[in-house]
Amino acid sequence: MTALFLRDLKLATRAGGGALTGILFFLAVVAVVPFGLGPDLKLLARVGPAMLWIGALLASLLGLERLFQAEREDGALDVMLMQETPLVFTVFIKCLAHWTASGLPLVLVSPLLGLFLNMEPQAIGATMLTLLAGTPAITLIGAMGAAVAVALPRGGLLVSILVLPLVVPVLIFGVSAAYAAVEDPAPFLPPFLILIAITLFFAVIGPAAAAVALRAASE
Amino acid sequence: MPFRLRVDGLGASRGEDPIFREISLLLEAGGALLVTGRNGTGKSTFLRTLAGLYPADSGTILIEGGTDPTVPVRESLHYLGHRNAMKRDLTVAENLLFWSRFTQATDDVAEPIDATGKTVQALEAVGLGGLGGLPFGYLSAGQQRRAALARLLVAHRPVWLMDEPTAALDTASERMVEALIAGHRATGGIVIAATHQALDVPGAQMLTMAGFAVPA
Repeated sequence: MTALFLRDLKLATRAGGGALTGILFFLAVVAVVPFGLGPDLKLLARVGPAMLWIGALLASLLGLERLFQAEREDGALDVMLMQETPLVFTVFIKCLAHWTASGLPLVLVSPLLGLFLNMEPQAIGATMLTLLAGTPAITLIGAMGAAVAVALPRGGLLVSILVLPLVVPVLIFGVSAAYAAVEDPAPFLPPFLILIAITLFFAVIGPAAAAVALRAASE
Repeated sequence: MPFRLRVDGLGASRGEDPIFREISLLLEAGGALLVTGRNGTGKSTFLRTLAGLYPADSGTILIEGGTDPTVPVRESLHYLGHRNAMKRDLTVAENLLFWSRFTQATDDVAEPIDATGKTVQALEAVGLGGLGGLPFGYLSAGQQRRAALARLLVAHRPVWLMDEPTAALDTASERMVEALIAGHRATGGIVIAATHQALDVPGAQMLTMAGFAVPA
């Protein structure tokens, strides 16, 4: 299983792997926000956490459709379907590798992008923490969409549309937890714990659903 | 009981169309089966059904004399399809090393697997020794096919299902495939190959697919 994790990491970081694409997209989204909103520093600081979250969410959706499609195109998926290792576990490891290669970097660059938006240190820290807890859920939910659309040649947009309604709760609780950390009366812990619960929930449901979809697609 | 592969009354369809019906065969350890037939008669479908990648309409596939009868048949198989199951961006050795580790049944602590050594041996066996460091995408079509054949060697499976194993291969490499098949049978393995080429597999059973839906 470590072998699969390492292979997917290698693939993501080599030419055409697309680990950087997400970061560049994230950068592009966040960098244009100050131009669109104008130089109102207070306003930027206020919308900052939400902008970072939306940017990270859209960047995470990029490249998700290749998660299983690449394996299917070169025939590797057939071999994976035949192994003793349960497919659910294989899918989970692939999600983990995908998140490490393309989700974790988004979390790591978010403080830098937070500076673009005139965010306070506390808000930056809270947003980074909520992104760390929330982005794995996006990958795990996305795996379900990617598995459903695995046989479609232009499945990218379809995956995003399938996945978007399911990731909205992640966005809501992620952003509200990030705001709660800076705005006094709102409590931080409840939305943050719900966010973690969503991630754990989809850590179980996501790979199982994706495995079922992959089996069905191979037939 | 000696190890053998038994197929009883196997039938499969693609969509609404029946592809084959009532195929029964028995392969002893060391046995081989060559599947022939025109394009579109269901050779690949037959192999994929055996591999458990397509559902069978009827019939059973059994491996008798295995260690554990509850293990699904597909876990005793190597399936070499039309596509090579290799990543273009990884080197040949990295690809094989991955498959060696991934398809190894269990990580036996008492007997650690020498995946690297096996990879080198497998590459030598298919005549790609020294090319392990090249990205898979740099190889020619025939070399890619040979690298894909090496995948069957890096982890042991008693039954090989090979779909057009000699596609894109030159005559010398066809002899090499015959040698690989003979070597696998010598160790008690079973080989089922679908092919158009006249492969020299001594004592192999023949199965000619007629096809249902092929217009005359």
